[in-house]
Amino acid sequence: MAKMNMIAALNSALAHQLERDPNVVIFGEDVGYFGGVFRVTAGLQDKFGPHRVFDSPLAEGGIAAIAMGMGLNGLRPVAEIQFADYIFPAYDQIVNEIAKLRHRSGGEFSTPVTFRTPAGGGIKGGHHHSQSPEAQFTHTPGLKVVYCSNPRNAKGLLTSAIESNDPVIFFEPKRCYRGPFYGDPHNVPTWNNHPDGEVPEEYFAIPLEEANIVMEGSACTVIAWGAMVHVCEQGIKDSGIDCELIDLQTLVPWDRDTVVNSVKKTGRVVIVHEAPKTSGFGAEMSASIQERCFYHLEAPIERVTGWDTPFPHTTEWDYLPSPSRIAEAIQRTQEE
Amino acid sequence: MTERSTVTTTPYTIGVAPFRPGDEPSFGEKFTEQPGDLTRPDPATCTAEDTADHAKGLIRVLTDEGEAKGEWDPGLSAETLIQGLEYMMRLRIFDDRMIKMQRTGKLSFYMRSFGEEAIAIAQTMALEEQDWLFPSYRQPGAQFVRGRDMVSMICHCIGNTEDNVRGRQMPVHYTWKEGRFISISSPVGTQFSQAVGVAMASAYKGDDEVCISWLGDGTSAQGDYHYALNFASTFKPPVILNVVNNQWAISTHVSLATGGRTFAERGLAYDIPSFRVDGNDFLALYSVTKWARERAAAGHGPTHIEVYTYRAGAHSSSDDPSAYRPGNEFECWPGGDPVERLREHLMKIGEWDEKKDNALAEKIDSEVMAAYKEACEFGDLASGPYPPASTIFTEVYETVPWHVQEQREELGK
Repeated sequence: MAKMNMIAALNSALAHQLERDPNVVIFGEDVGYFGGVFRVTAGLQDKFGPHRVFDSPLAEGGIAAIAMGMGLNGLRPVAEIQFADYIFPAYDQIVNEIAKLRHRSGGEFSTPVTFRTPAGGGIKGGHHHSQSPEAQFTHTPGLKVVYCSNPRNAKGLLTSAIESNDPVIFFEPKRCYRGPFYGDPHNVPTWNNHPDGEVPEEYFAIPLEEANIVMEGSACTVIAWGAMVHVCEQGIKDSGIDCELIDLQTLVPWDRDTVVNSVKKTGRVVIVHEAPKTSGFGAEMSASIQERCFYHLEAPIERVTGWDTPFPHTTEWDYLPSPSRIAEAIQRTQEE
Repeated sequence: MTERSTVTTTPYTIGVAPFRPGDEPSFGEKFTEQPGDLTRPDPATCTAEDTADHAKGLIRVLTDEGEAKGEWDPGLSAETLIQGLEYMMRLRIFDDRMIKMQRTGKLSFYMRSFGEEAIAIAQTMALEEQDWLFPSYRQPGAQFVRGRDMVSMICHCIGNTEDNVRGRQMPVHYTWKEGRFISISSPVGTQFSQAVGVAMASAYKGDDEVCISWLGDGTSAQGDYHYALNFASTFKPPVILNVVNNQWAISTHVSLATGGRTFAERGLAYDIPSFRVDGNDFLALYSVTKWARERAAAGHGPTHIEVYTYRAGAHSSSDDPSAYRPGNEFECWPGGDPVERLREHLMKIGEWDEKKDNALAEKIDSEVMAAYKEACEFGDLASGPYPPASTIFTEVYETVPWHVQEQREELGK
C-alpha cells in the first residue's frame, strides 16, 4: 500500500494497463508531453512512448471517433475528455456510434473504449467546468457509467473500466483529486490521513457493478456517488441519525441488490447527486427502489440534488447539495 | 508556417514542438516575409485564387525598422494610431491588475491577452459600430474600442453584485449587448459557426452589419470551424472568420494540432478569399479587416483570416507554461511585441515620445486602479457580497416554471 491522492492513483492504474496490455493507448488534449491539465497522465509518455500516450488535436468529436475506430480494430483506447462539460461535441459519436456498435453489428464488432473525464463542481468553474452529466449517459443503452469518489476506488474502478470490453464513461470528481470534500470550501483536507488514500501499488481492480457500503447503519439509507459521498458523510454526522451510506461507484449497471437490501433494513432513503434533479440518475433509483421495496418504505424517498438550473460561478455553494440540506432530508425521513 | 518536426520512428506520425524546456529557441531573427511583398486585391472582384499567395505568405505593413510600407498600409491618422496604442496599453495594464486580483483571491481565474493585444483592438477599430463581435476568450480588448466601462468589466470578472451576468459565468466570459459583444462560452469554437448565422440574419434583414469571429489554432480542429467555413462558403453572408494562430493550445503546440498547410490556406479549399496576417502588426491587422468589411458590406461574402501571433503568457491563471515550453520563447520569436511595435512606429513618424508614453501609462494605470477600487466596492470573490442566490433560478427560462420556483423556495434565499 502507498499513500496516493486521486491523481496518483489514476496514474498508477493507467501505468499498469500500459504495462500489461500493449494494445492500450492513451490520448486526449494536453495528455502527452504535459501529462494533462490535472496531471493524471504525467510521466506516461516518457515511460511508454509518444505513440502510446499522445496529444490529440482539440476536438472531442474527433477524439471519440478515433477511439471508436482504434477500439474496433484491436486497440484498447483510454481517451481523456479534459472536462466533462466538453464531452458534448463527442456525444453523437458516443451515443449513436460507440454505444450501439456491438448491437447494430449483430455482435460482430465492439469497441472497448474508456473515456476518462473530470466532472462536478466545487472549483469555481462556472457553467462549463462544473457539470456532472452522468445521467446523459446512463440513459444510453450500451454504455457503462462509472463515478469514482476516492483514490482507492479510482484506481480499482479505472482498471476494470479499461479491461471492460464494453465502452465505459468514467467520471472523476475533480474537486476530490487532492482531497475529500465535505461540503465546506474552507476545509480542504488532503487524502493523506484518509483510509482510502491508502492504495495498492500493484495491479488492483474493483469490479464494476459493485457498490461500496461506506458506513453501516439502520435508520436511513443514504446513496451517493462522486464528491457527494463525502458531503453525505458530513450531512449524516450533522443529522445525528444512524445512517447507512452507500457509494454507488458504478451507475450502469448499478448494484441494485446492495441498495435494496439496505432499504429493506432501514425503510428510509435519501439519494444525493450534484447534477440537476429532473431526469437525474436519482430519479431512476427512486423508481426502482419503490418497485422493489414499496412495502418496506416508512417515508417518501428523498432526493437532494443540484437545482434544475445551469451551474453558477459565484454562488456555487448555494447550488451544490450541502451537508445541511442532506441532514434535513435525513431528518425528514425520520418523521412519523 | 513554422517548419513541422515529427517523430517518424513511431507507427504513426506524432508531431513534436520545435522547442521544449531546456532548449534554446532559434526561429531566425526576422520574418522572411516583408511589407510590400503582397498586393492588395480589389475587394469587389477578388476571388479565392487571387489570395493564394496571401494565404501562404504573411501580410505585413510595419517593417522591422518600424516604418509603414506597401499597398496594405491603411494610411491611418496619427490620432487613430495613438488611440490604438492607448487601447492596447490599457488592455495590458488592465490584465496585469486582474492577475494581481486573481493571485490575492479577489477573482477565481483570469486569462490575459498578453502578446495578442493588437488583434481584437485593431480589427474592431476597422469595423463599424453596428458590426457584431463574436469573440473567444482572448479578445476582451474589443470592448475598450466600443467604450465599455472598466468598472463593469471588473465587476463581471469578480462576479459581484454589479456583474451584468450575475455571477453565473467564469471571469473573462464577458457579455455586452450594447457593444454588440456576444456572450462568450467556454466550449471553444462554438461561436465560429454561430457567427455565420448572425451574418445570415443581418443579410436576411438587409441590415448593414458584418459579423466577425475569432477562434484559436487549436480550436480549428473542432467541427465548428469547418461548419463555419462550409456554411460561409455556401451562403456567402457578411462574415469575417479569424483563426488566431498563437501557436499554443494550452500545452499543445501547433505542430501537434495539424499536419496541414497554413490555416489560411484551408479557406482556399472552401473558395473563400483567405489571408495570413502578421498578428502583432497593428496596421496590417487593421488593413486586412477593413478590406474584409468592405467586401462583406458590398455583398461579396466572407473572408477567412489567419492571424499569426504568439501566446506570450500562460493560457490562464491555472496554467504553468514552464512545464512545456522554454521561458524565453516569446523573446526569441521574430514577431515581436505588438504594443512595442506600434509605439516604435509612432516614434518613427515623430508622433510619440517617451514622455508622452510615460504620461499615458500613468494615466491608464490610475484609471485602472480607480476602476478596480470602485468595482471592489460592489464585492470581491474573497469576501463578497455576491449576487443573491435567487439569481441561480432566474433567466433559466423566460419565466420561472413551477419546478424551478419550488426549488428556489426550498433553498430559501
